[in-house]
Amino acid sequence: MDILITGLLLGGTYSLIAMGLNLQYGVARIMNLANGEMLVIGAFAAFWVFTAGQISPILSIVVVAPLAFLLNWLIYRFMLLPLVRRAKSAGQLEVDSILATFGLAFVFVGIMIATFGGEYFTYSYLAEPFVILGETYALNRVVAFVLAAIMCGLLYLWLNKSRPGMAVRAVAVNPESSGLVGINVSRVSAFAFGLGGAVTAVGGTLISTFLTMDASIGVLFTMKALIIVIMGGVGDVRGVIVASLILGLAETAVASLIDPGLTLAAAYFMFILILLFRPQGLFGRRSS
Amino acid sequence: MKRRTILKLAAATALAGTMAFGGAQAADTIKIGASAPKTGPLAGGSTVTHWPNIKLWVEQVNARGGLQLKSGKAKLELVEYDDQTNPGEAIKNIQRMATQDKVDFIIAPYGTAFNLATAPIFDKYGYPQIAVSAISDQIPELTKRYPRLFFTLGTTTAFAQAVADILVQMKNDGKIGSKVAMVNVADAFGIELAAAARPIFKKAGLDVVYDKSYPLGTQDLSPIVKGAKASNPDSFVAWSYPPDTFGLTQQAIIQNLDVKAFYTAVATCFPAYGGKFGSKVNGNLGAGGINPDTPAMQAYAAAHKKITGKDADGWASATTYASLEILEQAIEGVGSADRDAVTDYIKNNTFKTVMGDVTFKNQNNDVFWTVGQWQNGKYYGVASTGRPGEKPVQLKSGWN
Repeated sequence: MDILITGLLLGGTYSLIAMGLNLQYGVARIMNLANGEMLVIGAFAAFWVFTAGQISPILSIVVVAPLAFLLNWLIYRFMLLPLVRRAKSAGQLEVDSILATFGLAFVFVGIMIATFGGEYFTYSYLAEPFVILGETYALNRVVAFVLAAIMCGLLYLWLNKSRPGMAVRAVAVNPESSGLVGINVSRVSAFAFGLGGAVTAVGGTLISTFLTMDASIGVLFTMKALIIVIMGGVGDVRGVIVASLILGLAETAVASLIDPGLTLAAAYFMFILILLFRPQGLFGRRSS
Repeated sequence: MKRRTILKLAAATALAGTMAFGGAQAADTIKIGASAPKTGPLAGGSTVTHWPNIKLWVEQVNARGGLQLKSGKAKLELVEYDDQTNPGEAIKNIQRMATQDKVDFIIAPYGTAFNLATAPIFDKYGYPQIAVSAISDQIPELTKRYPRLFFTLGTTTAFAQAVADILVQMKNDGKIGSKVAMVNVADAFGIELAAAARPIFKKAGLDVVYDKSYPLGTQDLSPIVKGAKASNPDSFVAWSYPPDTFGLTQQAIIQNLDVKAFYTAVATCFPAYGGKFGSKVNGNLGAGGINPDTPAMQAYAAAHKKITGKDADGWASATTYASLEILEQAIEGVGSADRDAVTDYIKNNTFKTVMGDVTFKNQNNDVFWTVGQWQNGKYYGVASTGRPGEKPVQLKSGWN
C-alpha cells in the first residue's frame, strides 16, 4: 500500500513533467527539447515570488501560467512557424524543430544564469508530514499530485468535450485534412504549443516545492518527459497519465523491494519493452 | 598581387602591434586563467564555492594596486571559461589558456574528476595546479606523477574515518547505539566514500544495518529514507551530492527519521541548506568545516558577502580562497611570473591563509577540516586533522 501511494505520487510528478511536451509534440508537431528549461523557468518564478514576498507557489501559478503561455505562443509564432512553413515533410520539421529547440534550451540556460546565477535554489513549502492510511507522505507532493490530477482531468475534458478541444485533436490526428475542414491549423498549433508551455511551467512551479534545482538541470526533465511521451503515445493525454503512473509505480517498487540503485534501470527497461512490443506507445495510433 | 602584398603588410603590422602591446602589458599585469562549470550538473556547486572566490580575490588584489613584483605592481587580469561540466571541454579550455591566451597562471578547476583530467595538461605546459575541490586517496601517486599538482582539501579515507570517529565517540559515551544506516549516490564520489567507509565502520565496531545506493538525479528519495527508517538505526550517514543532500534531509524531516546523528556530505555546509531548513537542521553533520569565529574568517565572510553579494559556504569556499592566497604569496615571494620558481616556492614555504597556516608536505596539505555541524543556525567545524578551534559535537535531538 505504501509503495502504491508513493508510486502514484511520483507518477503525478512525472505527468506534470510530460503533459506539456505531449501537447507540443502531439499537436504542434514540435519536439521541444527546451521543455525542461521551461519547467525550470516556472520553478524559478515560484522560488523568486516565494522568497521575495512569501507568496505561495500555488498562488503564483495564476501569474506563471498566462506568462508562460504568452512566451511559448511568441516562440511558436516567431521562431517555429517559419520552420513549419518551410518544412516539406513531417520528418524535416522534426529535424528542424529538434535543432532549433536544442539551441533554444541553451539560450534559456544562458538567460537564467545571467539573471539569477547558477547556484541551487530551494525553499520549504508545505514540507510537512501528511498521513494517508497510517503512512507518512510529504504534503507538498500530495498537493502537487492533486493539482496534477485536476489539470490532467481538465485537459482531458476540454480536449474531448469542447469544440476547440476537438479542433486540437483534429490537428493532432492530421494537420492537412484539418485545414480542409476549416480549422486554422497554425492558430490551433500555436495555441497548443503555448498551452503545452504553460502546463510545463506550472508543473515546474509545483515540483519546485519539493525538488532542489539549478539553472542547468532542465535537460534531466526533458529526458524524462521524452520517455513518458514516447511510452504513452504521442498526442494522447491518457497515454501520458498511464505512462507516468506506470513509471512512478515501477521505480518506487524497485527502490523499495529490490534496490534504489536500480530505479533508472527499471525505467529504461520498461521503455525498451514498450518500444519492442508497442512502438507507437500505449495509446498511440499506428502510423499509416 | 598588389592587394595581397598590402594585406600581408597589414597583417604583419597588426602582428607587430599586438606583440609590442603584449610586451608592454606583461610588465604591469598578470594574466590569470580560470575554467570551471558555469553550466551543467556541477554548476550549482561551483557557483557557490568556486567562482565567487575568484572574483573576490581578483577584486581585492586589484583594489590594493595589484601584486608586488620586482618590476613594480602588477594588476590581475582574469580570463574565464565555462567547462560545461565536461572533462573534454575542461582540457580544451586549459590548453587554450596556455597556448592562445598565454595566461601566466591557471586556477585549478572544480571537482575531483576535473582536477585529475586536467593534471596532465597543467603539467605539460608547466603550470602549477593548486587543486581544492578534489578529494582522493591517490594523492601520493598523483603528486609523484605530476610535480606541479598540489592538494588542499583532504583524502577520502580521512573523511570516512572522521565520521566513524565521531559515531564511535558517541557510542562509547553511551549516547547512541551501534546501528548505522548508510546510503550513497551512485557516482564516483559517493561510491568511493561508501567503499572507504564500509571497512572503517566495521573495524570501529559500527553495525551497518542499511546500505544502499541511488542514482544521481533521483526524483523521489522517500523509499530510501523509509527503508533506512525501517532498519531502526541509531545514526544515518549519506555520502550525497547537493540535490540529494537537500532531498534526503527533507524526507528525513517528513518521515521523522529520529536519529541521534544525521550526516549528509556535500552541500550540508551551503548557506542555502541552513536557509531552507532553518532550526530543523540543528545538529546535522556534514562534510568539511571551518572555524567561522577567527578574525581572519570573519573578515573573509564579510568581504565575500560585500563583493559577491552571497554568503560563503562552510567548507571549500574558504579553502578555495586560501589556494588563491597561496598563489598570490608565492608570486610575490618570487617577484615575477616565473612559473617554475613559483611552483618551487609553493613547495618550500608556509603560507598564511584565511584557514590558518598551510604548508605542503609532498605537495599535500594534510591539515584539513573533515566534519562540520549546524549549531544554533551556524555551521562549525567539529573534526579536523589538526586545525585549531574544533567545536564539541552535539547530539541531534529531533527535527524542530
